[in-house]
Amino acid sequence: MPEYPQLVFAGTDGGAVLSLAEYEARGGLTALRKARALEPDAVIAELEASGLRGRGGAFFPTGRKWAFVPKPAKLPKPHYLVVNADESEPGTFKDREIILRVPFRFLEGCLIAAHAISSQHVFVYIRGEYEREFEVLRDALDQLRRGGHLGGVTVVLHRGAGAYICGEETALLESLEGKRGQPRTKPPFPAVAGLYAAPTAVNNVESITTVTCVLELGGAEYAKLGTPGSSGTRVFSLSGNVANPGNYELPHGISLRELIYDVGGGVPGGRELKAVIPGGSSTPILTAADIDTPLDFDSLVQAGSSIGSAGVIVIDDRCCLVQLGIRVSQFYEHESCGKCTPCRVGTRWLTQILQKIEDGRASQADLDLLLSVCDRILGKCLCPLGDSDAIAVASYVAKFRDEFQAHVDLGRCPFGGASSLEGILAPAALHGRHTHAPEVARA
Amino acid sequence: MNALAEEIRKLSRQYPERRSAILPALRLAQERHGGWLPPEALREVAAALELTPAVCLSVASFYDQLHLEPPGRHLVEVCTNVSCALTGAQQVVEAFERELGTPVGTTSVDGAFTLGTVECLGGCGWATVVAIDNRHRLRVRAEDVPEIVEELRAGDA
Repeated sequence: MPEYPQLVFAGTDGGAVLSLAEYEARGGLTALRKARALEPDAVIAELEASGLRGRGGAFFPTGRKWAFVPKPAKLPKPHYLVVNADESEPGTFKDREIILRVPFRFLEGCLIAAHAISSQHVFVYIRGEYEREFEVLRDALDQLRRGGHLGGVTVVLHRGAGAYICGEETALLESLEGKRGQPRTKPPFPAVAGLYAAPTAVNNVESITTVTCVLELGGAEYAKLGTPGSSGTRVFSLSGNVANPGNYELPHGISLRELIYDVGGGVPGGRELKAVIPGGSSTPILTAADIDTPLDFDSLVQAGSSIGSAGVIVIDDRCCLVQLGIRVSQFYEHESCGKCTPCRVGTRWLTQILQKIEDGRASQADLDLLLSVCDRILGKCLCPLGDSDAIAVASYVAKFRDEFQAHVDLGRCPFGGASSLEGILAPAALHGRHTHAPEVARA
Repeated sequence: MNALAEEIRKLSRQYPERRSAILPALRLAQERHGGWLPPEALREVAAALELTPAVCLSVASFYDQLHLEPPGRHLVEVCTNVSCALTGAQQVVEAFERELGTPVGTTSVDGAFTLGTVECLGGCGWATVVAIDNRHRLRVRAEDVPEIVEELRAGDA
């Protein structure tokens, strides 16, 4: 396997850097000093030159996002930096490894970003399930505070409590304000009216950590890595039916084949590659024929999918795609916040129609109905959660139409109980079950 | 003023607006009340943050980690999202059902264990991920389950 440049995970030798002294000995905090010596606009210019685009999934240019935040002189309210550490897109587990291995590089990025948008207040919204990650971050933050590096900026670690939707930026802000995590209408965008209706930049953990790398290297130098439209490195989360799953920092533009076979060791157990979900469960599926697609923004759009969160899920030939549809749809059904009807009701419909197909009870019309429900969700809600379900399910039908058709024609699942997802029990399927064992319920 | 209320007020001082402390406050109250939020806990949080108990309930009921019913002494949650499911999560669920003697989605009769499935825990590359009392065990296989359960029972004895 070739050696790839490591930026986010630089200086870790595969381990973690958890002491500030060690981090500084390896060149840590130079980017912060460099940034603080610059005017905020000059920091933003470096980011613009780097071509860095958001790593959370939307791929929005980071520098431009910050440039949208009005100057304090123009909008004299507190300015906030909110970091989205609510990582929960299925297939994605990079942010937690970044926090565990390079917490100082991440926090340094927070302080650089705060300087760039003239903010004195940073909130890190970390998902509630990340206990150890929270502890590592709290410890690293204490070390920075004791070292006098915060420069008057307050950094609050705010823990979520289990809700995928809080990864959506406006739902996250609602949650941080102490409400149910339900998305807001946009506009106004957070840059102008975000947290407490004040100017707010919301950035993902990997984006913020990469900001440190950009300042270290210089924007122009960073832009030389990766591809012209997708500069730099990316932490790819590789999972599913692959020999060596894990997080790998690789330059954008590496092909799916290189990631899955050269880096990931291929599909184990002598199985065939059937499909790949390239950017988290909300991105359209690719087939084995798409294996030479480069992993960058433009190439994946061309292939009819999206780089999303760079969470690559490998699926072998044992998997029934109707069952995959059910499982993915159950997830979105469970996580729908309920605010918009097409999502609240539509995700449930998708699950139910897919179940009917899987059970062999579906007619041809149900297949049409499935796609019609997808259409009725798409673009009709405040946030992309329902869209994610519709896009994913519609892509399974588009790419594996024969398999869906076979369920209808045979009146049963062609896998005959041998699919790798057979019988999988989603939390949504347990809704309404008694919390207590029957004996207790009767007592 | 009791200790919990004092701690909640301290938490709330981190935020420009008091209400922002509701999640950390509910988490704290849940810890103090044995892993769930009885109506009394919601009233305490409400009083400390000068909100109504209904507001606290509306927030608590939104989030999966806040429990409105008492779980068992140990909470065992198996991730069954796509990556874990593809690599054997259902076998892990069934192994826990056998070892704990209670169906998934229920609490064992002796109140020792609540077994559930959860959505993606963010450990897809280390499947199957199982959260036991909110601590993640990685790469759990069905054959590992008897030892895990034995360890938990031994810890309780």
